[in-house]
Amino acid sequence: MTGATAAAGSDRAWHRFTAAQRVARFMVYLVIVAAIVTAVQTIEIIPEFLADAPEQVADLLGRMWPIDWAAYPVDVHSALIETIHIASLGTLLALVLALPVGILAAHNLVPSTPLNLLAKLVLVSSRSVNSLVWALLFVGIFGPGALAGTLAIAFRSIGFVGKLVGEALEEAQPGPVEALVAAGAPWRSILAFGYWPQVKPAFWSIALFRWDINVRESAVLGLVGAGGIGMALDAALNLFQWPKVALILAAILAIVVVAEVVVTQVRKRVL
Amino acid sequence: MTSVPAAGDPFARSWWPRVGLLALAVYVVYACAQMDISAERVETGLENAGHFFGRLFPPNFARWELLLKGLGESLQIAVLASTLGIALALPLGLMAARNLMPAWVSWPARAVVVVARSLHPVIVAILFVKAVGFGALAGVLALMVASVGFIGKLFTEAIEEISLKQVEAVRATGAPFFSMLAYGVLPQVFSRFIGFATYQLDSNLRNSTMVGIVGAGGIGGTLFAAFQRFDYDFVCAILIAIISLIMLGELFATGVRAIFIGNATLADLFRRGAVQRRDRLVEDE
Repeated sequence: MTGATAAAGSDRAWHRFTAAQRVARFMVYLVIVAAIVTAVQTIEIIPEFLADAPEQVADLLGRMWPIDWAAYPVDVHSALIETIHIASLGTLLALVLALPVGILAAHNLVPSTPLNLLAKLVLVSSRSVNSLVWALLFVGIFGPGALAGTLAIAFRSIGFVGKLVGEALEEAQPGPVEALVAAGAPWRSILAFGYWPQVKPAFWSIALFRWDINVRESAVLGLVGAGGIGMALDAALNLFQWPKVALILAAILAIVVVAEVVVTQVRKRVL
Repeated sequence: MTSVPAAGDPFARSWWPRVGLLALAVYVVYACAQMDISAERVETGLENAGHFFGRLFPPNFARWELLLKGLGESLQIAVLASTLGIALALPLGLMAARNLMPAWVSWPARAVVVVARSLHPVIVAILFVKAVGFGALAGVLALMVASVGFIGKLFTEAIEEISLKQVEAVRATGAPFFSMLAYGVLPQVFSRFIGFATYQLDSNLRNSTMVGIVGAGGIGGTLFAAFQRFDYDFVCAILIAIISLIMLGELFATGVRAIFIGNATLADLFRRGAVQRRDRLVEDE
């Protein structure tokens, strides 16, 4: 590391960082403090609202109790199932779409920098757009409903899955691939027997991880009309049916926990 | 997800993948039927898509003042939520660390962190909008909760992985508790803390552009309103602005990580290749 010293006779002062490094650190602190101060000064917050927030939260919780369990079989259950379908179908579609893009992004498989960059651009743009925005776009195209939600989940996941698959492919050992090339194997066999066995564990682990995230995300897509339990939540909120809101929140919480448990168990048993 | 062939003879064609694939196909057909997804719907949609994208372009920046105001508010929400969230998460994360704290302190702290992590920030934002009214305050509070959950969890894990030798050495000198923290614990977790703090700032910035959809302030409200008015060229302008803001945020985060973890100087930041882009495994949720 860097230990700059200012030698002046016997008074040697030891510094851990050079002057330039200290300036850089100081600049970061300065920017952060300036950002916080400006944000505090300019943000439009009504102090009365802030002061009475704890009371309002308590009131809200009070209205949510007791939870309206009776509404579950009526419409919450089907919405919950739809949410799981959206998450699963969206993940599957994303896996199918992301594989070719991930392959294109891996330099050792496709040794063409323009193609790699193009694939990376696709992956970055997929990731920079929030799934709610994707949902808005697809609701605009396909109309409200689960189809828009599924596509939103899929398009948001392409970037995530494709990036990680591309990285896994780039880390693959060249040995088995070279052996196949030397044996004159066609490219499909090289992919299937040279690369696939090496990236398979990573691929399934990425798929499981993304499915877990997608279950959480698909629960909110309904707020913009893209199907699932979010739509039930939106309806209950607009009608001020607080006990039902509490039920839906409990259902979302339960499904998130269940998804996490399923993923951990599958990972432990299979991977 | 279901199909993993058994190890053994490398050329044996296991039947598990086929069964898995078949089951998957059956599921896809069943789920599509359940949700009324059909080829014709996709087809009509694709016809709409051309029309839709035609109206999206060219982007209309005529109302740039509204746009800037929304972006500014999103930025304020992200900054304040990150600050408050980190400030709350540090003591909580410390309290939740089982190697430093007794069980009666760590379990309640863990419970708080788990609850904060469990709900999607947008859902938390809805609740805060109902509780404290429309506006940026609800957004700040919602993202603060999300930050507490994320930073709290990772900070706890980082502390639980430290080497206790240094802690013991500081303790052996008779140092009080806070000196032990400052000289035994914090130096060991500082670089990881920078990693997830910048990551959380990034993630808060992304979410602060979204919480407006439910009325919690920021550019999201403008986006949703423009969308509902079918003002698609303005929607396009807002999306471009959001994506640029997020990319700027990512650049800032990369710079901060290079300075604090990579010991870079300001000049290094502008040197090509000096800043290694740190790959991130955990994506925003």
